[in-house]
Formats: sequence, C-alpha cells, structure tokens
Amino acid sequence: MTSAYEPLSLNVPEPGCRPGDTPDFSDFEIPRAGDVKRPPVDVDPDAIRDMAFSIVRVLNKEGEAVGDWAGDMSAAELREGLRHMMVLRTFDARMLTAQRQGKTSFYMQHLGEEAVSCAFARALQPGDMNFPTYRQAGLLVASGYPMLTMMNQIYSNAEDPLHGRQLPILYSSKEHGFFSVSGNLGTQFVQSVGWAMASAISGDTKIATGWIGDGSTAENDFHAAMVFASTYKAPVVLNIVNNQWAISTFQGIARGGVGTFAARGHGFGIASLRVDGNDYLAVHAVAKWAAERARRGCGPTLIEHVTYRAGGHSTSDDPSVYRSRREAAAWPLGDPLERLKTHLITIGEWSEERHAQAEAEILAEVTAVQKQAEAVGTLGDGKAPSPRDMFEGVYETMPPHLVRQRQEAGY
Amino acid sequence: MTMIEAIRDAHDVAMAADDRVVVFGEDVGFFGGVFRCTAGLQEKYGKSRCFDAPINESGIVGTAIGMAAYGLKPVIEIQFADYVYPAYDQIASEAARLRHRSNGDFTCPLVIRMPTGGGIFGGQTHSQSPEALFTHVSGLKVVLPSNPIDAKGLLLSAVADPDPVIFLEPKRLYNGPFDGHHDKPLTSWKNHPLGDVPDGDNAIPLGKATITRDGADVTVLAYGTMVYVAEAAAEETGVDAEIIDLRSLLPLDLDAISASVRKTGRCVIVHEATRTSGFGAELMSLVQETCFYHLEAPVIRVTGWDTPYPHAQEWEYFPGPARVGEALKKVMED
Repeated sequence: MTSAYEPLSLNVPEPGCRPGDTPDFSDFEIPRAGDVKRPPVDVDPDAIRDMAFSIVRVLNKEGEAVGDWAGDMSAAELREGLRHMMVLRTFDARMLTAQRQGKTSFYMQHLGEEAVSCAFARALQPGDMNFPTYRQAGLLVASGYPMLTMMNQIYSNAEDPLHGRQLPILYSSKEHGFFSVSGNLGTQFVQSVGWAMASAISGDTKIATGWIGDGSTAENDFHAAMVFASTYKAPVVLNIVNNQWAISTFQGIARGGVGTFAARGHGFGIASLRVDGNDYLAVHAVAKWAAERARRGCGPTLIEHVTYRAGGHSTSDDPSVYRSRREAAAWPLGDPLERLKTHLITIGEWSEERHAQAEAEILAEVTAVQKQAEAVGTLGDGKAPSPRDMFEGVYETMPPHLVRQRQEAGY
Repeated sequence: MTMIEAIRDAHDVAMAADDRVVVFGEDVGFFGGVFRCTAGLQEKYGKSRCFDAPINESGIVGTAIGMAAYGLKPVIEIQFADYVYPAYDQIASEAARLRHRSNGDFTCPLVIRMPTGGGIFGGQTHSQSPEALFTHVSGLKVVLPSNPIDAKGLLLSAVADPDPVIFLEPKRLYNGPFDGHHDKPLTSWKNHPLGDVPDGDNAIPLGKATITRDGADVTVLAYGTMVYVAEAAAEETGVDAEIIDLRSLLPLDLDAISASVRKTGRCVIVHEATRTSGFGAELMSLVQETCFYHLEAPVIRVTGWDTPYPHAQEWEYFPGPARVGEALKKVMED
C-alpha cells in the first residue's frame, strides 16, 4: 500500500540562538518610539487590534521621550523611579550573593526587568491589589514596603512576617496591595480576575492586576482568567511579562503559532497591547491607561511587557547551558536603568556624578539594612521561628487532630 | 423539605443575613442549578450575587479565591464532584494554603459545594466520591450531610466558617433517603422526621458526628447514603449495630468514634468511594490507634471497588445492604 501523503513530522520550535551562536534579533520588529498612538481609555478593543502586534515605546535612542504616551511624569517622579530600579538591582545583587554564601536557600532576581514592576506600581492607587509572580518585587519596592522586612522574609528569620513558612521572595502584604505569591505558576492570574469581580460586585472602585510569565500563559489558568475577565468585564489589568525565557524554554514553545502573546486577547474581545518593558516611561503610561480603563468600568486590558531576563531564572539555574552568553547584551531594547538614566541626563535632570553618588548611597543603605536583617538571623542559624508555629494558621482555629500532632512533635 | 430545598433554604438564609455571600457556578443563575439547589436566588438577590459561570471549574474556584481574598464569602457549585478535578490545583495549592502561607494576611472563607456519590445510573462521570482527595489536603474542611436538617445546618456553618469548606452532597439523597434497595419504591423526605427542617438560621457545628442508631454489638462508621444502607443492614441481619453518621470528615469527631468502638469492641467502616487510600483507611488507622485494646475482632471495610464507577453494573459496585450485612455478621463471628 502506498500512501498519497508524505509521512507527517512534528514541529518543535527552536530559539534563534543557542550557546556558541551569534545572537540575532533581526526578526524582532521594533517600532520607533512614539509611533504607536494613544487611544482614548474607553476605546473599543476591536479598534486597537493592531496594538497587539506593535510595541508602545516612549524613549528613543537619543534618550528623548516622544509621542502620545510621553509626558505624564515629572522629573522628580522619574528620578524616584530610577532610584527604585537601582534599589531593586542592588538588593538583588546582595541577596544573590547572600544565597551563594548559604544565608538562604533560594533567590530570584529581576535583572533587566526592573522597569516592569517598578513603573507599574506607580500607576496604581492605594487599595488596588496586585497578584504578582515571583519576579515583581518592584511592586513592593516602589510602594514603600520596608526592605528590611523583605530581607527578613528571605532569611526566614525570627522577624519574617510569614514565619518561615514560605520560600524566599514569595512575599505577602495586603497593606501594600501585594497578594501572597503562591509559587505555583498561573494560578493567581485567575484569582486577580475574581478579586476584580468582587470589587465590581461590591460597587467598589478598586482594581486588580494579574501577572504571569510568557511560559505560564500556556497554563489553563490563563485561559480561565481571560474567559472570566471577558465575560464579566472585570476591572482588572492582566500582565504578561514576556522575558523571552521560561527557565530553559524559549518563549516560542508557549506562544506557538500566534504572532504575539498579546494577540491571545483578541479571541476574548479584550483590549490587548504590547509595551516596551525596558522603557520605564512606556510601562508607566500604559499601566496608567489600563488602570484608568478598568476603574472607569471599560473592562480588562491585556498587556504584554516585552523584556529580557538578563539573569538566570533563579539561583538554581545556569542559563549558559541553553542560551548564548552574549544574548543579553544583544537584546535590542537595552537596559531599563541605563535608558531612564540617559533620558534624565538628556533632559538635564541627572548627571553621571549624581548617578554615581546615588549608586554609592543605595549600596550603603542596602548593605546597612542587610546587616540589620542578618543580626536578626539567616536561614539555618538556629534563630528561625519556632517549629511550633508551623501548626498555627493552617486553620483559624486549630482542629483537634493538629493539636494532637503538634503535641506528638513535641511542641 | 427535600435536601435540595434545605440547601436552597440555607443559601437564602445566608444571603439574606450577609451581603458578602455570593453564589455562582454552572447553570446556577437563571435556571437555579441542574439539581435546583439555587432556584430562585438570582431573582431574589440579583444577578451580581447569584450568576452563571463559564464551564471552567478551575476558573470558578480561582475567581472565588480572589473574591474571598477581597472579603466576599463565595458559595460556589461544582455541578458534579466528578468535574472538580480541573479545579484541584486551585483548591489544594491555593485555597487550602492561603491563610498559612501568608500568615493570615489573606484568608479564604469559601464553600465549594458538589453533588457526590452514585445510585442514579450516572456512570463514571456522575457518580464518584472524591472525599479522600480533600481530606488529604491540609487547610480544607470536608463536610458530607445525610439528610435535609443536617444539609441546611451544616451548610450554614460552612458559610460562616473562616476557612475553605468542601461540601459534598450525596445526590441519591436529594429527594429522599435511600437504603440501597434500588428495586423497592422510592421514599421521600416528605413526612420524614429528618425532612422537617426548621426555619431560620439553625446552624449545626462542623466536626460533630451523630449516632443515628444506638447499638451494643458493633460500631458502624458511615456518612452520606451509607448511613441508610447501614441502618437497613442492621435491621435485616438483626445485628445490634451502633451507627455513627460522621457528617464532617475533617474535622473528625474522633471522640464519638472511639467512645463507641470502645463500648462495642467491633467496627465496620462503610463508604461508597473506592477502597485503596479511601477515607476508610484513615478511619481504620484511627480506630486501631485509639481502640486497639478494646477490639474483639479485625475492623472491616465495605466500600466501592477499586474500579471506575460502572454504569450497567451499578448495583454490583454500590456497597448495598447485603454486603454491609455480610460484614456485620462476619465481624460478629471473628
């Protein structure tokens, strides 16, 4: 028997570059800063379908802020934004080293992605709730959460607000609009939609934000979140942080045949757009637009933050095994700190000297806070919360079987 | 009142008392649920407090967790317990752990209702009893009423509870008690003492078992439909069994269990769910741990077989009064 068909073969997408290859982003289409127009916040999602295939950018190569999306932040706010990103980068570097020194079990840094969460936080109002992943600590840094408390959590020491129950960096702060990070992927995306629905059910004016990585958009929870957000027109901003890599898996494995992650929103009738995630001004402007849209009852927005994970996935990861060491430097959207710094210098609101001075001050501050945290304790130094505590808070009132187990354990 | 009406009434009482109680799930809004447990609630309380959800159990539970974290008290319906698996991650990894992992910063007061068990020719996708999948997860409570009065009272307690509660409703009992004699005429809750559901907020605390039949010879641990099967088996064999309706599997009324087993010295455990790693295994361990020196005979389990729930062979799978009766006789002979 001969078949009329050729044998089928499986399509397994490959990234453009592996270790040893020369990084090549020539296929990556980047519109010029200022090219994408800013629509009114009550725009019909159908009218902006093209925005899911373009990228909102404000900062051009010369460091100028151009186009419709520019101009909504003062120089003082921008300097504060730069400071937040510098704090986050310094904090990350110190904690990464602390993990290598055995002071904690695990750490995840934001290198190259600082603008996404730092800029976004400044577009929200008190009472709004973020449902972050593990790589949005900028939401805390930029909303005044104490660095010392973050470190206490990372060290699981006696002043860890989570009493050593949760992995390092999986913070929780209702007061700062930061929902407890689960550690499971994608699950919280749909919870953010539920929180937003609750705000609408209650006649409130608060909004929620959901966060997910490029890789986790493949999870069922992404689809669930989109369906519920679409059906109930929930006041939520749904953020995909496309940092190109899901551990060793390039974004093409989750993205499949569709042009962009943002385009997934079209099937749900959700306003969908992409933003240059390394452009602090663009992220802030887009976040503000989407938040306003949600708060006015115009419905959800899906934002794809196009960025690059310049570091490893976590302290347990070695990216040189699966991607070129030169890829980060070749990333065409540059570095978010450098770009904002250049902009501030360009408009005469910053200088190399002030920057160097700020760097030194921040390093001194982070180092001093780290000493304070380490004086309280680090993981495994015997100063952790009591083992008795692990039995607490499983339920509001401890049921009899847990009381028996706690006694059996000797606490 | 039927069990369906009792459950509807509990929703009504809870929704009238507290604006934060919201009800949603597949077909629960305009239609009032495929079993009618939410009939009339949308009309009475409005579409924002009782509404239809997309067919996405993970999304139903996931959004409910977000609502609970906001400060609402969602009472959600999974149309059949057999459909809960897509939501398992949201239940086990999220709802159950939120209070603990955030050290009380966020909590999850949430009731997840679902019809459970067989006896309605539902085949493998409308008959399962997955209670052990939930009792195995720290942070959940698991409740399973066997009559209209308990269904209303326990559901009211579940709604008031500050933690997530899995509320399993034996669907074979919705319209009347059922003792496993499928060839006999149906009985109704009408004129049944347990169908005489009191008006208003008559909450029954979680974690308390009830003795439905006093006896001296053997303790039968049962819940849901199996309570009536065990009662029939006791009557038919003449074994003086003390039947305990557990009502709440977690927290479990271990005091009631061990007091009875210490008295009778014998124990038969009955559930509809598959045997291996079923809740009966936990009960047997607890009986052994707390009553070993009072036992006169090995503890026996009567359960569903470790097969998918069959369609045409439903009554060969279902642990009916004949099988329970044999266990009662055997435990008396051992």
